[in-house]
Amino acid sequence: MLLIKCPYCGERAEVEFANGGEAHIARPADPMALNDEQWAQYLYMRDNPKGLIAERWRHAHGCGRFFNALRDTRTDRFVMTYEMGQPRPDITPEQAAEAAR
Amino acid sequence: MTQAFRIPGRGRVDMTRPVTFTFDGRSYAGYAGDTLASALLAHGRHLMGRSYKYHRPRGPVTAGSDEPNALVGVGKGPALHTPNLRATQVEIHEGLTAVSQNRSPCLEFDVGSVNGLFSAMLPAGFYYKTFMWPKNFWDKVYEPIIRYAAGLGVAPTEPDPDSYAFRYDHCDVLVAGGGPAGLSAALAAARTGARVILVDETAEFGGSLLSDRQARIEGLSGPDWVRSVVAELEALPNVRLMTRCSAFNYGPHNMVALNQRLTDHLMTGASGQPRERLWQVRAKEVVLATGALERPMVFEGNDRPGVMLATAARTYLNRYGVLCGRKVVIVAANDSAYRVALDLLEVGASIAAIADIRPAPDGALLRQCQQMGVRVFKSSVVQRVHGTQRVSGVELAPVLPGGDVGKGRHVCADLVLMAGGYTPSVHLFSQSRGKLRFDEKVGAYVPGESAERERSVGACHGVYQLDAVLADGAAAGAAAASASGHAGDVPTWRVDAQDTADFSGFAGALPRRGKDLHSMSFVDFQHDVTAKDIRLAVREGFRSIEHVKRYTTTGMATDQGKLSNVNALGIASYALGRPVQQVGLTTFRPPFTPVTFGTFAGHARGDLFDPDRRTQVDSWARAQGAVFEDVSLWRRARYFPRNGEDMEAAVRRECLAVRNTAGIFDASTLGKIEVVGPDAATFMNRMYVNAWTKLGVGRCRYGLLCRENGFVYDDGVVGRLAEDRFHVTTTTGGAAGVLSMMEDYLQTEWPDLDVWLTSTTEQWSVIALQGPKAREILAPLVDGLDISGEVLPHMSVVEGTILGVPMRLFRVSFSGELGFEINVPTTEGRRIWEAVWQAGQAHGLTPYGTETMHVLRAEKGYIIVGQETDGTVTPDDAGCGWAVGKAKKDFVGKRSLALPALRSPERMQLVGLLTDAPQEVLEEGAQLVADPKEAIPMRKLGYVTSSYFSATLGRSIALGMISGGRARKGQTLYVPMEDRVIPVKLVDPVFYDAEGVRLNG
Repeated sequence: MLLIKCPYCGERAEVEFANGGEAHIARPADPMALNDEQWAQYLYMRDNPKGLIAERWRHAHGCGRFFNALRDTRTDRFVMTYEMGQPRPDITPEQAAEAAR
Repeated sequence: MTQAFRIPGRGRVDMTRPVTFTFDGRSYAGYAGDTLASALLAHGRHLMGRSYKYHRPRGPVTAGSDEPNALVGVGKGPALHTPNLRATQVEIHEGLTAVSQNRSPCLEFDVGSVNGLFSAMLPAGFYYKTFMWPKNFWDKVYEPIIRYAAGLGVAPTEPDPDSYAFRYDHCDVLVAGGGPAGLSAALAAARTGARVILVDETAEFGGSLLSDRQARIEGLSGPDWVRSVVAELEALPNVRLMTRCSAFNYGPHNMVALNQRLTDHLMTGASGQPRERLWQVRAKEVVLATGALERPMVFEGNDRPGVMLATAARTYLNRYGVLCGRKVVIVAANDSAYRVALDLLEVGASIAAIADIRPAPDGALLRQCQQMGVRVFKSSVVQRVHGTQRVSGVELAPVLPGGDVGKGRHVCADLVLMAGGYTPSVHLFSQSRGKLRFDEKVGAYVPGESAERERSVGACHGVYQLDAVLADGAAAGAAAASASGHAGDVPTWRVDAQDTADFSGFAGALPRRGKDLHSMSFVDFQHDVTAKDIRLAVREGFRSIEHVKRYTTTGMATDQGKLSNVNALGIASYALGRPVQQVGLTTFRPPFTPVTFGTFAGHARGDLFDPDRRTQVDSWARAQGAVFEDVSLWRRARYFPRNGEDMEAAVRRECLAVRNTAGIFDASTLGKIEVVGPDAATFMNRMYVNAWTKLGVGRCRYGLLCRENGFVYDDGVVGRLAEDRFHVTTTTGGAAGVLSMMEDYLQTEWPDLDVWLTSTTEQWSVIALQGPKAREILAPLVDGLDISGEVLPHMSVVEGTILGVPMRLFRVSFSGELGFEINVPTTEGRRIWEAVWQAGQAHGLTPYGTETMHVLRAEKGYIIVGQETDGTVTPDDAGCGWAVGKAKKDFVGKRSLALPALRSPERMQLVGLLTDAPQEVLEEGAQLVADPKEAIPMRKLGYVTSSYFSATLGRSIALGMISGGRARKGQTLYVPMEDRVIPVKLVDPVFYDAEGVRLNG
């Protein structure tokens, strides 16, 4: 069971959280201005990287807040978690290597 | 029976405390501290089980959790029987009942036993080959026979009466394994003040030191040193010690699962005490001290009772005071064989021969054996074992310089010991994703780079010599404590006496003379996999060890290949002509040892399986004789039978009561969310398909919520209590999901909106009062509030009091009648319910349940989300296109609704369905077709979603989702049933009071 650091509450067990899928996919400001192709892209297409993913989590059985996390899908190791609204952080090669280990 | 093989004064069992138990109905004596295996061996009994595939007689090979053969069923009766326990781990107690398995009628004579000739028909992969043809023979012939023949113990047939507990724990350092390495690590860590948990799967800490008579540490014998360390640990408040506790799963982020066995070793479990406890421990640092397992050797008849590991015989002698045989042959690839021989000689056993596979073994122990007259044959192997239910002798043969095997000689023996070298027990390390490394010196895979915050120490790390083991453990324990924030010294111990570590060993099958057509040289004892099977797999083209494993099933039994993996690897490597390290290793999977289902279930069974949510009216409904149903976690009254009515009769009566007078219904389970804030209306506009801006304060609207993909997700009436306050209701099952979805959009897409969301489901009791008399019943109770149709029309809400209790009164209807939903604080729910009930008595007020509610709404064509919808239904499909705020620029799902696929006229649409025969009630889920004579597979046009008998209309009614349904109104479609075809007419889904006269009354 993963240990996840909620930016508001600290480290908690995975059972307290709900995964919210890939992060940094903003809902288009005017969906009706998009063509079908663009809308389908937003609605359905997600990355499935072998490696680092930025993903949303919600501390569903805790503070209830959403936040983002950088996790390596190969190792389940988190590089960091950060508040909703912040851009995807740049990480050092060392951090990436540590997460991949 | 006498314990003829017990050595008085030897071992750690308490010979002052005799224990009587039965095995296969026969009574045996043993001592407190014995395992079932040690106690039976004390009687000279090796035969304890039959094998899985060939039903071969089997005895214990080991003295621990790696035992593949001696699997027994323990416990009396159909509920308490536990199958497939390792006799080497089962501790005996007075009255213990154990039985052998996989034999019929008895262990000594088994009709299922497969002789050598027939076994040639059961090679590796035989499931895939033999039973392919004829195809229809599989179900009726092959499978039943295989199922009868294969398998081990019998599962209990009754519910388990024991209880199981569960705990989370956290610590700085978790040490798995309580041998010399684990004890030194635990003590080093504990002395720093770190929170330490030390577990061991056996009944006693000490590991190999408990069977070691040579070791002297700080002047103490092995067991005495163990006692002093355990005493120090026990006295420390920061240490938790658990024996009979297996670390069986090493998960991500240092979460280790432990299975603690609390009562099985006791005669009677203390009342209320759980049988087992599951621990989930989150450790800052983990120290693995899981030891090493001795490897068996692969030769013909190596599975015969009386063939066992050399260290096992030593453990039985020194820990349990049991001599496993009097005339012993040892097959050695490692010097430890000679230590075992010396221990056995000391108690008077005769060592008939030691066959050492090595060409030039040498060393002090070997010379000591020779001085005592033991014949040592160098460069020699066992060719075969004689005896069936017990070893009677072996054929030893020399391996000639060219590799051929020379002429053999027969040696009489009742015990054959295998010393094939050691395999570090890397299961937990491997589970933690740590990378294994082949160590040339150790001749085995050892832990390489750790993936977790973990350290492997001692034998599981390829460190075998006692002084090095203690130093390794102490260093790792102190380092782990330091890494968790507790610095301290590394303790040291002086080792006065010890055996020198020997890393030699053998992996693979021993050389054989001639062909091995019928050879029964076992690699995996539990799954009856032979060396021949592995070679066959390679010959048939399997190259990857993972494929060889699956094809032969080697290593796939409950022992997880503890004894077999390395030998299988050795044989495959030889057959493939590639070195072992290039063949790779199969993955170790949890659990390390089998764990009971009870441990995983814990408290979550029966009434405690799920939370049981009950409303304030629950006990009232029970007193009224209601029949209940589960709706999500809620317990809801389904109907209220009177005078022995069945459901059909009760529902007809309840329906008519609502239509003609009034009914009372507990709607408290409806989800309720308070949406508050300056931007509440904007938020509602963006979430729901409806338009909210113009909804006046005090008015309600039927809200429909879609997902972004345009499909209906939830629905419910929403009341506007103030400009900035909405009382949103959801379906009973959808409440949590809707709130979660709202939070998602609010927090992540529109954090600029000033809105607060609060679940109020459990704050309001909701009493639905429905029917023409509803207003008459309610009016006298609401403290002067005007609830006339002019002031409080259909779809309006007002705040007031009822009998002095604050109330939100909704004029809404899910029945099609004049109706109110009285929301009062939950604490007052029961009192107000009973007051309304009393007030309604004079008017014939009738309680009704969910079933009647369903019929009434179906008569009105109201959908139920999850019944008419299935996650692929748009508002328009469900006949609710009118609810969509067309003028709104955007809402969740709007863009998707514009996709061509979601606007196709061929989409499934809600329609009403009427059968020709008014008494014919369609089956929900039944499919509709245009031409019932069409060849199968017919083209399905849709299906029945709801179907009831309507007492109000005096006939059956149904709702369905039909492709292009609205355009088909008036047409007849057909429901093909097994025995007949039912014609069905498509009609409007509103069957009753289409004009809404009653609703607005």
